[in-house]
Amino acid sequence: MLEIENLSAWYGEAQALRDATLSVAEGEVVTLVGRNGAGKTTLVRCLMGLHKHLTGSIRLDGREITSLPAHKRARAGLGWVQDDRGIFANLSVEENLLLPPKVSDSAWTLEQVYDAFPALGSRRRAGGTTLSGGEQQMLAVARVLRTGARLLLLDEPSEGLAPVIVAQIGDIVRTAKQSGIGVLLIEQNVRFAATVADRHYLLAQGRLVESLDNDEFVERQDELLEHLGI
Amino acid sequence: MNAVLQYTVQGLAAGSFYALAALGLAVIFGVLGVVNFAHGAFYMLGAVAAAVLLDTVGMSLWLALIVVPLLMLVFGMLVERLLVQWLLPLDPLYNLLLTFGLTLLLVDLVKRRYGVSGLPYERPEALSGRVQLGGVGLPVYQLFVIGVALLVCLGVWLLMTRTRVGMIVRAATERPELAGALGINVGRWVTPVFGFGVALAGLAGVLAAPFRAITAEMGSDFIIILFAVVVIGGLGSIVGAVVGGFLVGLVEAFGQAYAPTFAQVLIFVLMAVVVLARPAGLFGREEATA
Repeated sequence: MLEIENLSAWYGEAQALRDATLSVAEGEVVTLVGRNGAGKTTLVRCLMGLHKHLTGSIRLDGREITSLPAHKRARAGLGWVQDDRGIFANLSVEENLLLPPKVSDSAWTLEQVYDAFPALGSRRRAGGTTLSGGEQQMLAVARVLRTGARLLLLDEPSEGLAPVIVAQIGDIVRTAKQSGIGVLLIEQNVRFAATVADRHYLLAQGRLVESLDNDEFVERQDELLEHLGI
Repeated sequence: MNAVLQYTVQGLAAGSFYALAALGLAVIFGVLGVVNFAHGAFYMLGAVAAAVLLDTVGMSLWLALIVVPLLMLVFGMLVERLLVQWLLPLDPLYNLLLTFGLTLLLVDLVKRRYGVSGLPYERPEALSGRVQLGGVGLPVYQLFVIGVALLVCLGVWLLMTRTRVGMIVRAATERPELAGALGINVGRWVTPVFGFGVALAGLAGVLAAPFRAITAEMGSDFIIILFAVVVIGGLGSIVGAVVGGFLVGLVEAFGQAYAPTFAQVLIFVLMAVVVLARPAGLFGREEATA
């Protein structure tokens, strides 16, 4: 579904990504693990069309999207959940949900969203950023599910959240996976990653140094934790 | 007491022009990030257009209140398409300089065509004279200006809070890059928003035509006060623009009544006090540190 080939990216003279090649299939959850500065954010920005200084190719459902502007990528089916959650303070909870246009028939309805996330329904008129951190994360995920995005790009969704909320996010990821949505999960939380993902890529100094299935990943968890310096 | 009521109405009427124009300045700054220096010139063009249309084709003020803003909308969209948009990727300073240059050009063109002595504008019969309110004779035209301004501000507020367009404008104002990454074509809204802002300045100009001296220079002082208004209200804030506009109008009117020599200074004293207490203005948000 998502295929990235030989993606390299630069900031001025400095190369932040080197020949990254990775793929996410339909209904597959793939994590990208790496320490700060490894190039995760750059990869996300390249995917969303917010970083232009790059070479290589990005395809979604076989369609070349490498040179599309950001809003057309979203409409092509990329659903981005920002690491800072990206909730608009000037928009209510419901407006935050309704802002992005629907991109496919698998889009959730508002009723489905409020059924799955009762906390959002009861505060639908409140300002987006008056929600707690966990609720804002739910809102950010619900917002892209409501568009019917084909591929979710989750950037550090578990960061700074209580374990019970992290578990809830794990449930949502599994639900999405079952409905055939692909998920690319950027994560430093190795334990959480191991509970939801099928495969893992390890990113270091701008290179994808390893690709592991989840069993290998769990087996080598301690080694990976040490590598990540967590 | 009577005097206070009189100065209040006078201040709110003056504030109406500021509020309408500042509203335009605020939406333009919000979506484009451009400080439109030419806003005073657009206000002047609105007044000049109303006067010329009355003189040549006998267009009434009532019709001018609708036609001139529409003409200014088109003119504003052309200015954005032909000039402003090319500088948008650069430092905002370039568009400040561009619109400053545009101001000089427009002012001189009007001077060349219509001279410097000012154009006449006869107030419609229905809006002349005074009306007795609470034992005070208040100028009908001032009340009319306040009414129109409040109505338009309410309309803009409804547009911004109750419609999808308003929602997109609010989102694009807050975080343009994120709005784009969520599938909103922010670029599509840039030209109409600029035109809309210019139309509001034009509307303020039409309302000012029967009330103020219509000269090529009438926008020069106006834009300076207007900058004070948006700084006081909070740059990019819709509510702030309106409240700031009326507030400055009141300060001006009472200043002129009780301390005429300091009337202009008072506005900037108010601005300094507001900025010291709240650097982002009364309704502005502190810069997000994202």
